[in-house]
Amino acid sequence: MTTSSTAVDRAAGSAASGQRSTRSRRSSSTSTIDSKRQWWGWIFTAPFTVVFVLFLIVPLAYAFWMSLHNKGLATGGESVFVGVDNYVRAFTDPVFLEGLLRVAKFVAVMVPIQIGLALLCALVLDTLATRLSKASRLLIFVPYAVPAVIGALMWGFLYSPRFGPAQDIFGLFGLTAPDFLSSSMIFTSLVNIVTWQWVGYYMIIIYAALRTIDPSVYEAARIDGAGGAQIALRIKVPMVSSSMVMVVIFSLIGTLQFFTEPTVLRSVAQGAIPPDYTPNMYAYSLAFSYSQFNYASTIAFALGIFVFIGSYIFLYLTRKQSGLK
Amino acid sequence: MTTDLETSKAPQRRTRRAGSSSKHSRRIGSHAFLLIMALYFVIPLWFLIVGSTKSNSGLFVGSGGALWFNDNFNLVENVRGLFEHQGGIYWIWLRNSFIYAFAGGVGATVLAIFAGYGLAKYRFRGRGAYFTVLLGSVMVPLTALTIPTFVLLSDIGLINTMWAVILPSLLSPIGVYLIRVYSQDAIPDEMLDAGRVDGAGELRLFFRVSLPLLRPAMVTVLLLTTVFSWNNFFLPLAVLRDTDLLPVTVGLNQWQALSNAGAGGEQVWNLIVTGALVSIIPLIAAFLGLQKYWQGGLSLGSIK
Repeated sequence: MTTSSTAVDRAAGSAASGQRSTRSRRSSSTSTIDSKRQWWGWIFTAPFTVVFVLFLIVPLAYAFWMSLHNKGLATGGESVFVGVDNYVRAFTDPVFLEGLLRVAKFVAVMVPIQIGLALLCALVLDTLATRLSKASRLLIFVPYAVPAVIGALMWGFLYSPRFGPAQDIFGLFGLTAPDFLSSSMIFTSLVNIVTWQWVGYYMIIIYAALRTIDPSVYEAARIDGAGGAQIALRIKVPMVSSSMVMVVIFSLIGTLQFFTEPTVLRSVAQGAIPPDYTPNMYAYSLAFSYSQFNYASTIAFALGIFVFIGSYIFLYLTRKQSGLK
Repeated sequence: MTTDLETSKAPQRRTRRAGSSSKHSRRIGSHAFLLIMALYFVIPLWFLIVGSTKSNSGLFVGSGGALWFNDNFNLVENVRGLFEHQGGIYWIWLRNSFIYAFAGGVGATVLAIFAGYGLAKYRFRGRGAYFTVLLGSVMVPLTALTIPTFVLLSDIGLINTMWAVILPSLLSPIGVYLIRVYSQDAIPDEMLDAGRVDGAGELRLFFRVSLPLLRPAMVTVLLLTTVFSWNNFFLPLAVLRDTDLLPVTVGLNQWQALSNAGAGGEQVWNLIVTGALVSIIPLIAAFLGLQKYWQGGLSLGSIK
């Protein structure tokens, strides 16, 4: 995306300056004005740059600095440089590794389910223009407007054997409802909450991309004898692949940072979710329950590296589909 | 579309009839699928609506079951309860959420518009590198920043203030990215050059020419950043200690944790359900009301 669009810039820029260049050869004053004008770019970006530096670069650098130091009773309250000790500790810490493995499992299960469902809904909606399809498009999207905390609280109620409808619904079929909040079911229950929360948002992104395709492409395909399913798989999906890549990245980054839903469900699901269920929860409890800010920063930074590398690898593998070359 | 195309081919009439009947059944199938999906996405919200009309004990044992109303309609009492419980702190939480979402959303959008426009329309030195760093930062997990941000903010004494939530929410690299992509196509360079020939300054060009053209992208970014601040949980959980400063998300979670911990007087399930319902109404209303703006806008990032 970067290269292709800067190439467009350059092309547009040279086209625009093309008319000017004949004149500017005579007097160099025009180009000075031009280069002076480009400083406005820095002026326009300045406010954001300040926030970017203060709340992204500085915290990131500080987290890295903290991860290379230790501070505590043993060091007399002073920060002492310890090199990569904290990282060695993190990558031999079974709690961190377990959490990392767990979010990796969540990625493996949750991302395909969410994207698959979102794509399916978008493709079905794309073929219909009825009132029902418009209404269901909105209804599927509504959970996006519900904060993750509220969504998790709500599902906590629905899962609860005391409040929830599960017993009644399963009873209709003569079955007993499983305990959704037990340690054996909690993984599935969490997958369901996140799916409920995000499918609509991803669907809208994919759907909006589908709407930008010129319908004459389908007509051409139909003349060649392609059926609906073939058109969907061979034409529509490839044509929206850059949105798909974007959506997968969102979902990947979000899942690796998993924090809100398990934290909220923790008080309902007594014992099924330990305080260090995900790396982020582990970092939070290290920092705010045990005041181990240095080690917590190490965990957060290590997780950040994983997210960054993970999404980078994904973008590299899909560079053809996304147009990021 | 299909019918036009196929009627023009008379010899295929028989296959057309077969085709259209299978098409008919497929449409029923599609609609059934959508109906099931819509139910899945709406039932939890329906539970909230029904639950908000029940008393605390009515949530456990009621004539209606979990998904239907009880005989005893308790909504008014529940709303009154929100005003009374802990001195009506619920409304302070809701107000706080509004402040955080509004300040964070508007602030982040304004910064994103300036920056995105600057990146799209000026070829300043270092622009390429700036954009690369920006794209990379979209992939930085924001939660990795929460703990160092907490330490930094407590060093300068901003912890446990509203600023501790608002200032970090001003950061929206994805917003800058979207505005930049949109400006590229929506604002023709020729238009800006024409304005310059007429002697307009750069700021005037921005406010008079560019800003009106950016409106669709603006609404989308505003919605995205507002939702982000409104949903934020990790950051306020970490940086706020005062109950009076909490947003409604963190506050309701506290009530829920207290209710689960068991003490009889602190079990306020009915208030949690009612509070949850009240808190999601404004955003849902905003989304439904602004449909035509965001529906196309959400795909901005992927259109090149």
